[in-house]
Amino acid sequence: MFEFIFSPEGFQVILFYVYSAVLIGAALAVVTMRNSIYSALFLILAFFSAAALWMLLEAEFLALTLVLVYVGAVMVLFLFVIMMLDIKVKPKSGMSSYTKAGIFVAILMGLEMIMLLGHKMAHVLPKDDLVKHGKDYSNVKAVAENLYTQYVLPFELASVILLVAIVAAILLTLRKRDDYKHVDPESQVHVKANKNRMRVVKMEAEAGNNIGGEE
Amino acid sequence: MSLIHYLVLAGILFVISIAGIFINRRNVLILLMSIELMLLAVNINFIAFSSYLNDIQGQVFVFFILTVAAAEAAIGLAILVVIFRQRKSLEVNKLNELKG
Repeated sequence: MFEFIFSPEGFQVILFYVYSAVLIGAALAVVTMRNSIYSALFLILAFFSAAALWMLLEAEFLALTLVLVYVGAVMVLFLFVIMMLDIKVKPKSGMSSYTKAGIFVAILMGLEMIMLLGHKMAHVLPKDDLVKHGKDYSNVKAVAENLYTQYVLPFELASVILLVAIVAAILLTLRKRDDYKHVDPESQVHVKANKNRMRVVKMEAEAGNNIGGEE
Repeated sequence: MSLIHYLVLAGILFVISIAGIFINRRNVLILLMSIELMLLAVNINFIAFSSYLNDIQGQVFVFFILTVAAAEAAIGLAILVVIFRQRKSLEVNKLNELKG
């Protein structure tokens, strides 16, 4: 027993269960928390444990990408939006009918999936252990070799999708303000030389009307 | 660890996020977070299959899913900001103008 726990395989099993427990707990917290800041923070925890699980699966590049892109960029965006919007936290109002329906549907779907995995697909799924790669195997290199040869066109299209996302996000949140002072280039160009230009008026200097009160 | 462990884990995660979409009645933000969790569950499935079948293409596909999910999150949050500006709340119950 102790030998199994302290062997590398046994330690991997323990790590898998710890990370899975954290992941499921964090997912439950995301769904049930009242305050959306806590939801976002638990979502970060969920992403982080998922990245650790991907490390166990020897998908190092994607694990690091998940931490960089999701924890570093997407979740920060979520937190910014939550903090910018003034969302009121409502007090607890008991279990609604939606909650009951949701739990019912979730349990039913979970049972269906487990039945499918356990019964119908048990002989289709590969039973052997994870394919272990040698020391000189590089996951990043393997992904890159595939990405930049066979999938180079989808890779470029993905960058176009990101561009569309940038343009759409800016255009949606752009706001025209009425009190914003700006120069209109069109009317600036159409100024007539003698009519619309500012002119300097010559006039006599007037005597002061003694505001200071001195005689 | 066998493949079935990872598949069951991803299934549980997916089911939790579906329950989250049903349960949630007060905040559109948490709907977006549930969708992110669903995509994460799908990605776990992809990577598990890719590792156990020793086929790197699954991981390439996860890369594309991550890209599209990031774009979706950005546009979703922008839409959410516009909704909040118009009606000063994010409650799912009040977004019923289409009466669908």
